[in-house]
Amino acid sequence: MSTALAPLDTARIRAEFPLLATPFHERKLVYLDSAVSGQMPSPVIERMAHYERFEHTNVHRGVSTLSQEATDRFEEAREKVRAFINAPSTKEIIWTRGTTEALNLVAQSWGRTNIQAGDELLLSAMEHHANIVPWQMLAAEKGATIKVIPMNDEGELLLDGLDELITGRTKVLGLTHVSNALGTINPVKAIVAKAKARGVVTVIDGAQAVPHLPVDVRDLDCDFYAFSGHKLSGPTGIGVLYGRKELLEAMPPWHGGGNMILSVSWEKTTYMGLPGKFEAGTPPIAAAIGLGAAIDYLAALGLERIAAHDAALLAYATEQLSAIPGLRIIGTAKAKASVLSFVLDGVHSHDVGSILDHEGIVVRAGHHCAQPVMARMKVPATTRASFTYFNDAADVDALVAALLKVKEIFG
Amino acid sequence: MSGDPRELYQAVILEHNKKPRNFGKLAPCTHHAEGHNPLCGDQLQLTLNVEDGRIADIKFDGSGCAIDVASASLMTGAVKGRTVAEAEQMASEFRALVRGELDPAMPHHIGKLTLFEGVKNLPVRVKCAVLPWATLSSALKGEAQASTE
Repeated sequence: MSTALAPLDTARIRAEFPLLATPFHERKLVYLDSAVSGQMPSPVIERMAHYERFEHTNVHRGVSTLSQEATDRFEEAREKVRAFINAPSTKEIIWTRGTTEALNLVAQSWGRTNIQAGDELLLSAMEHHANIVPWQMLAAEKGATIKVIPMNDEGELLLDGLDELITGRTKVLGLTHVSNALGTINPVKAIVAKAKARGVVTVIDGAQAVPHLPVDVRDLDCDFYAFSGHKLSGPTGIGVLYGRKELLEAMPPWHGGGNMILSVSWEKTTYMGLPGKFEAGTPPIAAAIGLGAAIDYLAALGLERIAAHDAALLAYATEQLSAIPGLRIIGTAKAKASVLSFVLDGVHSHDVGSILDHEGIVVRAGHHCAQPVMARMKVPATTRASFTYFNDAADVDALVAALLKVKEIFG
Repeated sequence: MSGDPRELYQAVILEHNKKPRNFGKLAPCTHHAEGHNPLCGDQLQLTLNVEDGRIADIKFDGSGCAIDVASASLMTGAVKGRTVAEAEQMASEFRALVRGELDPAMPHHIGKLTLFEGVKNLPVRVKCAVLPWATLSSALKGEAQASTE
């Protein structure tokens, strides 16, 4: 693997993942499913366990030293997230349960306030259901319509017609940074600039981008950016919504309850400022701290090094899989993250997945919560291997050997 | 530990997947239903002609994995000519088989369909094998939709 940066020591890294060291179906586990959920390294698991054992209480509650310290750790994690995506302020970092909840927050709070009958919502053809369904619910409620930016057979958005797709009624653009089903890296910065010039609010789904690419929301200049902790070597149940301060301040709260108020009386309730206004109830404190630890872990490995490692592995995997007769890669964009979707002639992806599973190889088989993408590519489902910093060429070789076994069984 | 897929992907299942029997649609038909496996997106349409309480003809259409397609292919062959009551008995025995609750060595009415026994060792695939039978039960009850969820 050619890179100017010192390569990652995958053997040393793998030793930090208890699950990867545990035999799976009596074999070495080959985990090629980080796009479904990343594994957590021991430092992240230990950090959360330490919190639960020695630091746990509620945050933003009362005067106890324990609560103050828990609050400090929790808010430090928010600062780590801010720095990670280069957001201007921690006031713009809202904790959510994940990308899905973050996108629903935007659709429900910003959307219900700003979308009216006859307005147009623009989405790309390669969105995950999480960046489709909340907008469909909003459109149905408001009488708005949804338009779609089409893509070509390679899985690249067709942007020549973008100027015509954006009309005077277009209010919002929902766009995935990296396609979970195809791996395509979209030119978010350029698309956002076009949308912005026409007064369109931009909502970016970053769930699959943050594990592979350094993300800078100031450089992208988007209005909202959402991602999940569990795709980023952190735990499930925590996610992030970055929102531009002016927009967040003008938005009404979404969930009501404790923590998000300044004062409550029967006559009048006033709300917290940012980010508390959007964080009703007790948050997943250990998960937030765990996400902070995951960001530290990735930063120590080096985001640029991870990106170079992933790119080299994708190139190797693409070359190796392309050599298998009857295998067709779905998603062949020029700019891709290390997500490799494919179909095998005459073998359904679930059958591929079951046989790979028995060989100790974990992949995703199915529609990837992106049924419109499957329909566009005219496949019922694909098998998807995703590669991350603990994977190496031997994992790709194991995948190829197992796929040859599938072909042998199916004849 | 899950079972060796080779036990499941036997020649008969692979052959029925490649060349499914009774594939297509009956028009007109007396009974029909659509089956969905929302987890994986498999979908299946069944059309039947039931005459005097007997399944005179049955066809299936749709797309799915080898387990699903072979199960539909073998099911349509097995229930054709049977009474509705017999078909329902077979559906319940088939469900029991793939859940490990029916011993193929004991008396049963599903004949060679016991070759799906291996599915019990692959719990995530039970729904694939059962989808055609769930859809058949729905069609016979007059329900248009069936789901494995």
